[in-house]
Amino acid sequence: MSDVLLQVENLERHFDGLKAVDGISFTVAPGEVVSIIGPNGSGKTTTLNLVTGTIRAHGGSITLDGVRIDRADSARIAVHGIARTFQNGRVFATLSVADNIEVGLHSTLRAHRPFSRLSNLFLLRWIPLIGELFIAIVGTPASRRERKQIDAAVETEIHRFETRLGPRRDDPAYSLSYANRRRTEIARALALKPRLLVLDEPTAGMNQSETVEVLEQLLELKAEGQAILLVEHKLDLVMTVSDRIIVMDGGRIIAEGRPEDVRRDPAVIEAYLGRRRGLGGGDHA
Amino acid sequence: MTDLLALDDVHVYYGPFHALRGNTLTVGEGEIVSLLGGNASGKSTTMKTILGLIKVKSGSVRFAGEDVTNASTRHRVKAGIASVPEARRVFPQMTVDENLLAGAYTRKDRVGIAEDLERMREHFPRLGERRRQEAGTLSGGEQQMLAFARALMSRPKLICMDEPTMGLAPKLVDQVLDEIVRINKDLGVAVLFVEQQAELALSIASRGYVLATGEIVLNGTSRELLDNPQIQEAYLGKATQA
Amino acid sequence: MLNTLIDGLLRGNVYALGAVGISLVFGVMNVVNFAQFSFFGLGAMLAWFFVAQEGLPFWLALPLVLAICAALGLVINISVVRPLAKFLPLAAMLSTYAVSQILDNVSQIAFGAQFRVFPKVMPTSNLHIGNMRFGTSDVVMLAITAVVMVVMSLFLKFGKIGRAIRATAQDQEAALQMGIPVGQVQHVSFVIASTLGGLAGVFIALYVGVANPTSGLDIGLTAFVAATLGGLGSLVGGVIGGFVLGILEAFGIYFFGDTSREIIIFVILIVVLILRPGGLLGKVPLISTEPLTGTFLGKGRPLRIPRWVWPAAFVVGGIVIPLVANDYVLTTGTQVLIYAVIAAGFTVTAGQSGVLALGQAGPIAIGAYTSALVTMNLHFSFWAALPVAGLSAAIIASVLASPIWGVKGHYISIATLGLGIAIVAIIQLVEPQGIYNIPVPQWFGAVLSTPVAYYLIDFGVLVVTLLVMWRIRRSHLGKVISSVGSDEVAALASGVRGRNYKALAFAISAFFAGVGGSLLAHQYTYIDPTIFTMLMSLLVVTIVIMGGVSLPYGAVVGSIILIGAMELLRFTPELRIIVYGLVLILVVRFRPGGILVRNS
Repeated sequence: MSDVLLQVENLERHFDGLKAVDGISFTVAPGEVVSIIGPNGSGKTTTLNLVTGTIRAHGGSITLDGVRIDRADSARIAVHGIARTFQNGRVFATLSVADNIEVGLHSTLRAHRPFSRLSNLFLLRWIPLIGELFIAIVGTPASRRERKQIDAAVETEIHRFETRLGPRRDDPAYSLSYANRRRTEIARALALKPRLLVLDEPTAGMNQSETVEVLEQLLELKAEGQAILLVEHKLDLVMTVSDRIIVMDGGRIIAEGRPEDVRRDPAVIEAYLGRRRGLGGGDHA
Repeated sequence: MTDLLALDDVHVYYGPFHALRGNTLTVGEGEIVSLLGGNASGKSTTMKTILGLIKVKSGSVRFAGEDVTNASTRHRVKAGIASVPEARRVFPQMTVDENLLAGAYTRKDRVGIAEDLERMREHFPRLGERRRQEAGTLSGGEQQMLAFARALMSRPKLICMDEPTMGLAPKLVDQVLDEIVRINKDLGVAVLFVEQQAELALSIASRGYVLATGEIVLNGTSRELLDNPQIQEAYLGKATQA
Repeated sequence: MLNTLIDGLLRGNVYALGAVGISLVFGVMNVVNFAQFSFFGLGAMLAWFFVAQEGLPFWLALPLVLAICAALGLVINISVVRPLAKFLPLAAMLSTYAVSQILDNVSQIAFGAQFRVFPKVMPTSNLHIGNMRFGTSDVVMLAITAVVMVVMSLFLKFGKIGRAIRATAQDQEAALQMGIPVGQVQHVSFVIASTLGGLAGVFIALYVGVANPTSGLDIGLTAFVAATLGGLGSLVGGVIGGFVLGILEAFGIYFFGDTSREIIIFVILIVVLILRPGGLLGKVPLISTEPLTGTFLGKGRPLRIPRWVWPAAFVVGGIVIPLVANDYVLTTGTQVLIYAVIAAGFTVTAGQSGVLALGQAGPIAIGAYTSALVTMNLHFSFWAALPVAGLSAAIIASVLASPIWGVKGHYISIATLGLGIAIVAIIQLVEPQGIYNIPVPQWFGAVLSTPVAYYLIDFGVLVVTLLVMWRIRRSHLGKVISSVGSDEVAALASGVRGRNYKALAFAISAFFAGVGGSLLAHQYTYIDPTIFTMLMSLLVVTIVIMGGVSLPYGAVVGSIILIGAMELLRFTPELRIIVYGLVLILVVRFRPGGILVRNS
């Protein structure tokens, strides 16, 4: 086992000539929590979208556990073991909390997905599809056994957020509060048993106490040895949970290191707070 | 100083989500005021409320002595509120001149519009040089200038700017801030702007408001805010002083 | 060859006018406007009415037609499209589809359904250059289009409202912030589009020499393909797309004959959607940014249905009705049951996978023809033909639909609509005469041709269908399919290949459509391509939306209301379509989850 889980090298992506991500390189080790911070528009979310295959890179490479994934689509990347959440929280609105989580389990299932290796091949993809249809309508002994495992796994994930999601397990996701949608999304991502969990601003739109709750959950995950790649604006949380912090500005990495080093880095302070200029404005003239 | 814009105890909801929780905020004539806060703290919602893009549940919005709480965006633009939207949002397949004319949509005085067009070309020489170029082909900094000029074309008393420095290289950020000051000084237009970088923002603003989860948690003059340790905490975490 | 080119230019002329209108409305409202399609037929019929019936001179009739179309466009936009477009573009699209059906049929009631000969108002082949023959009429049409396009582009370039239209199309939010009255801009665009549609309709009448109220959809769909080819939302693209398509089509017909027209158009649509989904001049956004996107129809909670309802319904439907009902009620009942089978199977596509397929008549036709052919030529029994019909519908429809699953949003509905039309066109090409004397079902030698027998067969098939759909819905697969309909980006991130599951859902629906088609064929004992119309597709969509788009049992309720009630009230076919359309609009507007689903 290597000590590098995710390796990103010279990653590039531009939009209409604007370089959103401009040749960045970084790594995430197994069990490590790495955060990307930086001002709006600095390329953080684009980086996450590239790592998870939501958009394609224009240059560079992404390797997960020694396997190149920069050409793979996001479904395959999920199968490889990267699960993610989205900036604004994307849940399956019409499905219940429990069913949202069950969909997250999809790529880990065996008996429910016969011949799943063919699912990306032209024409042959119908073999697993018809297999899945057969299991849905008729079922096999193995699929019935796996059904119990699915239910147990869903319970485990709901249990993680027991007080919040427990009473709402059968409610459709559109009826949830914003914070509960975010929790459902995280639970769905964890259901995949990812080697790397990618979180895009998991506490956006949450208040102080909800943020603290998420922080505690992240610390728990970290203690369990879950590798996490995190984009977050609330620096309190970032400083507490991260092993390492990457600071981006203008599509490039301007600083990288342990939280206490990054916090003192003048380049970081400038990127976030701005250079202190002479006071302008009427009151001070 | 008389208040040009006054929000009083404004509540806004997105469905069940309480986005603004009783905010009170003023901008005086010819003043620069900044709105600070993290993501999803309600800064953009405040801007949209002022522009009339979102309905207010309770509370009032007054502009230049008139109650505009329920007025349309069009009415507010006519009354003198202009907008520089988040991420600039120039019309990409229209020329620079056409973008400027779109900014003057609510005006009827052809002569005045032509004069202002000339004035903008003088004030922003780069835009004058590129008047027939499609806005989508301009650089980020130029697009920002175009967004400023487009807003000025409605002859506003107040310009609302949502993160005018977002996504710009640090060197350009300085230019944009200088430009805000210049617009304010030369044209006497009040500016309310959203900015993430607190120290930068407060370096040109006279006053600031800090938002967190839909509430104004701090407000004061720029000096007061800069000296307030809570500001640094809000941005760099509690341990900053260590 | 040159004559074919001229032919292509004249067709392209009509398509360009239509495509510009479609692109204009799509640009400022983000809605695919099917109602636009009806203006082609309406323009032609109104012109026929004024010129041939009322004896008005053509040059007086023309502005009159355009004015009526403009006014009608405004009314439609204010009453139906804009209220829905503000929050649900897909709902608005569905409603414009309903509006288009209503317009066509009102026009049919007003002007009669038959083809009307359009009087010759200008000479049509008095001129020639070398071997090329053409008429004043052709020159005038091309000249009018040229003038219209020049005026339009000047208006959009220099007019104040024209600039506002462009600004709104490029960035609606920013336009709003500039104080541009986006609502009025949308009205103006809609009125322009409707007028252009009317003008194109008049041109069709001039060019073809006949007018028919329902010709609009066909030409409209072609104009839509032209707009897609050019890039939806791009006006220059619309003009280019219109002429390119017109010329391609003219040469296609020259080489393959007139019956291949729909197939050629469909093939072009599919090729464009695959190779360049944004069209020649358009762009496609990378990732849709809205959170909680997906099918609008799925929100809301189904009403709780007490357990005793199921056995009660079984007893009433399967025992009481066959015992007490007369033949008339039973015959109506078979129709209700067959459509319930088709619609219940369709819920997995429309409701769960979120694909609002608009061409279910296609797979129904495949099932009907397969069943007829295998029983007559291969001497299959009805019982063997029934599943074979379903399978062949599923396989053929899936093969034809296979390129469209990567396509997004509105396009996928249009593609399925085109698919339905293309399937029927292919059948027309292969088997134009219709099939007579299709054998009736038999059971150990006993002929089952009484209404009670048909009713019981259909009832049995429906029970099996509902059981299968219920199993699928409750399974892991069902949840996965629903996740794709709810948010495809998030589904992908969970390792769910959305394309595959949309294709599977469509195949399941096509299977039951084929089974339904087989039941129809053996009960009618006669089929021909005119049975499998757009009306049939619209009916299936309306039934599932009425009952609750993802509820299989809702399809039964929808079918009882829309087929049973209409039949018992003895509505005429035209009136039925108008009622379907109105029901569709009202349900989408006021009860988007269907009548069995509480709003949330």
